[in-house]
Amino acid sequence: MAPLLLLLPVLPLLGAVLAPVAARRHSHGPALVAGLATGSALALALLLAPGAADGQALGISVPWIPSLGLTLSLRLDGLSLTFALLVLGIGLLVSLYARWYLPADAPRGRFHALMLAFQAAMLGLVLAGDLLWLVLCWELTGLLSFLLIAFEPTQRSARRGAGIALLVTAAGGLALLAGVLLLGQVVGSTDIATLLAAGERIRAHPLHGVILGLILAGVFTKSAQFPVHAWLPAAMAAPTPVSAYLHSATLVKAGVFLLARLWPVFSAGELWLPLVGGVGLLTFVLGAYVALFKHDLKGLLAYSTISHLGLIVFLLGLGTPLAAAAGLFHALNHAVFKASLFMAAGIIDHATGTRDMRRLRGLFACLPITGSLALVAAGAMAGVPLLNGFLSKEMFFAEALDPPLAAAWPVGLKALLHLLLPAAALLGGVFSVAYSLRFGHDVFFNGPAPAQRCPPHEPSWWMRLPIAALVAVCVLVGVFPQQTVGPLLATASAGMLGRVPELHLSPWQGVTPALFMSAAALALGALVYALRKPLFRWHDQRFPRLRAARLYARLGATLVSRAHRLVAQLGPATLPSSAAWLFATALVAGAAGWWTSTPAPLARAHWQAPLAVDVPSLAAALILAVGVGAMAWRPQRRLGAVLWAGAVGLVVSLSFAHFSAPDLALTQIAVEVITTLLLLAVVVLLPAARAGVDAGISRAAAAAAPGPLLRISIAAAAGLGTGTLAAVVLLRPDRGFTDWLLARAESAAHAGNAVNAILVDLRALDTLGEISVLAMAGLGVHLLLRPGRGSGVRTGADAEAAGTPLLLRMLSLLVLPAALLLCVHLLLRGHQAPGGGFVAGLVIATALVLEQLAWGVPAAPRPRPVTLIGAGLVLAWSVALLPLMLGEALLTRLDWEARLPLLGDVAVASTLLFDTAVLLVVAGTLLAVFRRLLERPGSLGRSVTAPEAAGGEG
Amino acid sequence: MEWLVAGAVGLLVGAGVHLLLKPQVFTMVLGLLLLSYGVNLLVFATGGLVVQEPPLAPLRAGAADALPQALVLTAIVIGLAVTAFALALALWAAARTGSTDVRAGERDEPAGDDRR
Repeated sequence: MAPLLLLLPVLPLLGAVLAPVAARRHSHGPALVAGLATGSALALALLLAPGAADGQALGISVPWIPSLGLTLSLRLDGLSLTFALLVLGIGLLVSLYARWYLPADAPRGRFHALMLAFQAAMLGLVLAGDLLWLVLCWELTGLLSFLLIAFEPTQRSARRGAGIALLVTAAGGLALLAGVLLLGQVVGSTDIATLLAAGERIRAHPLHGVILGLILAGVFTKSAQFPVHAWLPAAMAAPTPVSAYLHSATLVKAGVFLLARLWPVFSAGELWLPLVGGVGLLTFVLGAYVALFKHDLKGLLAYSTISHLGLIVFLLGLGTPLAAAAGLFHALNHAVFKASLFMAAGIIDHATGTRDMRRLRGLFACLPITGSLALVAAGAMAGVPLLNGFLSKEMFFAEALDPPLAAAWPVGLKALLHLLLPAAALLGGVFSVAYSLRFGHDVFFNGPAPAQRCPPHEPSWWMRLPIAALVAVCVLVGVFPQQTVGPLLATASAGMLGRVPELHLSPWQGVTPALFMSAAALALGALVYALRKPLFRWHDQRFPRLRAARLYARLGATLVSRAHRLVAQLGPATLPSSAAWLFATALVAGAAGWWTSTPAPLARAHWQAPLAVDVPSLAAALILAVGVGAMAWRPQRRLGAVLWAGAVGLVVSLSFAHFSAPDLALTQIAVEVITTLLLLAVVVLLPAARAGVDAGISRAAAAAAPGPLLRISIAAAAGLGTGTLAAVVLLRPDRGFTDWLLARAESAAHAGNAVNAILVDLRALDTLGEISVLAMAGLGVHLLLRPGRGSGVRTGADAEAAGTPLLLRMLSLLVLPAALLLCVHLLLRGHQAPGGGFVAGLVIATALVLEQLAWGVPAAPRPRPVTLIGAGLVLAWSVALLPLMLGEALLTRLDWEARLPLLGDVAVASTLLFDTAVLLVVAGTLLAVFRRLLERPGSLGRSVTAPEAAGGEG
Repeated sequence: MEWLVAGAVGLLVGAGVHLLLKPQVFTMVLGLLLLSYGVNLLVFATGGLVVQEPPLAPLRAGAADALPQALVLTAIVIGLAVTAFALALALWAAARTGSTDVRAGERDEPAGDDRR
């Protein structure tokens, strides 16, 4: 049974992948996929339910990153089962509702994909068997909530709401992560079963308060507790199905879930009641108060949600099992009636085009069925008897009347709290009744409906079905609590507390003080609603700007404007000034390393005798010095500088050859040839530099470049520093693991060429990254210089270049076959002798570029350079990943030996294929670059447009 | 000989940095080229200067260090790709601003950005 657990979050994830595909087939495909995925996951959860009943837990754990002690572990006990059923049940109804809610032109595939992905993350969260895994899913839910709030990114309120929600909840998530990591340090594990057993040890630890504070920061932000509640009203910019699902029933319950999950660990601590209970009660009262004054239907519901979350948090914060079970009960009840109220608000919005209660009235005549359903749900929200909300709210009143205060507290404080807690509970309850009345009366009655162009009418009954189902649950639970929700609640409490508390689930609890409080709340609530007009006036006068979101926005705006001012003080960011900062920083860092290193870099203790200088080396150094000098002196003489650059490169490549690096010498020569070609091709295209400062440059920008003195000092310091560094490194060689590497090259890689063995075998992962960089550069050039965008450097220049010399044409005919042969030769011998994929790729690319220069650029080359790059990357990754399927490590060398007709015994190593992939990427990148350069108007090359010449490229 | 190579590294890096601090885009690319020569030589130098002992079969204990050679080999090719990309950027920017000065701003603000 346990492996089936993994399937539970995977099913919605599968649906998320399929939903966009289904959108292409049929406009209602995504909703169907969502319904099927959620429905099958729900069926699976019900199938697994018996395993989680009676305080047992079903678990599975798969190693994830064993070296960090991370496991992907899932756990299905009563608590997680209850929340999973909640997530899936409401998810099913919401997907049905969304099917009719979203307009035909909305991107339904994206919507359902995001909703299903959220569902998967939420299931991962509630089923987590490891707290780190829970935190990961926690962050995922926050991210998906961000994407869903900003579902219509063109709306500014949606972007703003999404940003606030992400920032607040992600900050809380970071605190939670820190708390969980600390907890892991204290206990030695983040496994939930281990943690639940280590409660006393955690509470006795000196870090207990810090850990609790960090975790609560996460919980309170997620469950929108005061004072970090502002994101929830701002999140109401989301489409209504999102509000119904995420921001009333599931996402905001994640904090409550974590509180319940860790309840056995922390609830016995001293800080629990004041922190959790205090914040919860405060949120309950304030949320209920503010909700009454919201004119937007969804705004009212949002603050009501905040208030009810506060109620749940308060019940969990009391620290008694009975209160905690009551909290869970209310969490379920609230999800049911609030989701249905959001859906009703969506229908009202659809039918009338507004959610403003000052403009809505008398809708009962137009929407009798929706109205009746909404009234029942609002009754549940207010706590009217025979509805589910009444039961849990009465439990709440009972708990507030008899709070479990510690005996050690001062008598006066206890007496005060015994008075204050019931008073606060009653006050919150009164406002709950008042805003519920407002929702029902203002919208559906309150006089006749204003004359409108199109009279509002009932939507399709499919859209009302989810509301009806939820309202039916409200009534059934309210009338027959023991028979309906009893077993589920017993399972949930057993999973949370390890035992089942004595909950009296019955619609009639007898004449208790709590009953009087309920009655008083209903009566006083009605009174407050009746007096609403003077109350509204009073509120508007006293708190005209009581909006947390506004405070948040002002804080953000201040931060941004400060940052802008700071940047402005630094001056305009031009490339030369940024480069100067960069080099200066590097110099400072290098100097710091130099002065702090031990032994001192210039200590002569281990210096070896230098090699003797010979005449050819001296001559080469002279050429290099002259070349570098010429380039630095007159870089504006572009042609000369390019030629000198070639000479310098030649000297560098000769020095590689001299100092026992034949592979480097080969590569450098090949690169030198192609670099010179590249520079020449660009020199032709680039406009000449103008004397003085261009007219297009602002005066501030022109000033923001290092002057000659600064340039020379930075350059001199850099040259001196690196030169000295090179000298020290050369004079104090450290063979490190050179010899070990050489031995490995022969024994493990079967290579005669150690450099090639490192590239394609021993450190092939590096090479994989490097060819990816090459590919990116090639694709970057390919896209950047796309014809039509930015072409016209030399508009009007003659596209038909002068005919290329005959000698070049003839030469290229000879060079191409020879280069092809050389390329294959270099590739094949690379593992044993100088050569390999890099050089081979450079050679073939050079030959092909030469051919294009002589004969023109084919209009549609085959294969396209980009295809070559792609093929190379695919081949490289296949060679890298294939060993994984055979149970070996990534990039393990594989050998095949076979007897082929005619050829005899053939042995092929995967390293050769890898080197071929390198060749393809190198050649493809260079061909892509030159194709773009040579096809531009006014370039060195000529475009071949004649059909018979097209496809001339090999 | 060691001092000669070290001097070459210093000269290449110094000239490269000097050219990279100038505002002309082609000059900057030349500086990039010189800087990469210098840095490649520096990395190569960490293996020490060994004459006539390439890391080829038969591999002996005294052969040149193959690791810096492998690092530099890929660095050379990547340097080429980076040069190509920088040149492409230069062409693209020149087409938009009509200037080869990297301080030249774009003439018109990009449309469609709805920041405040």
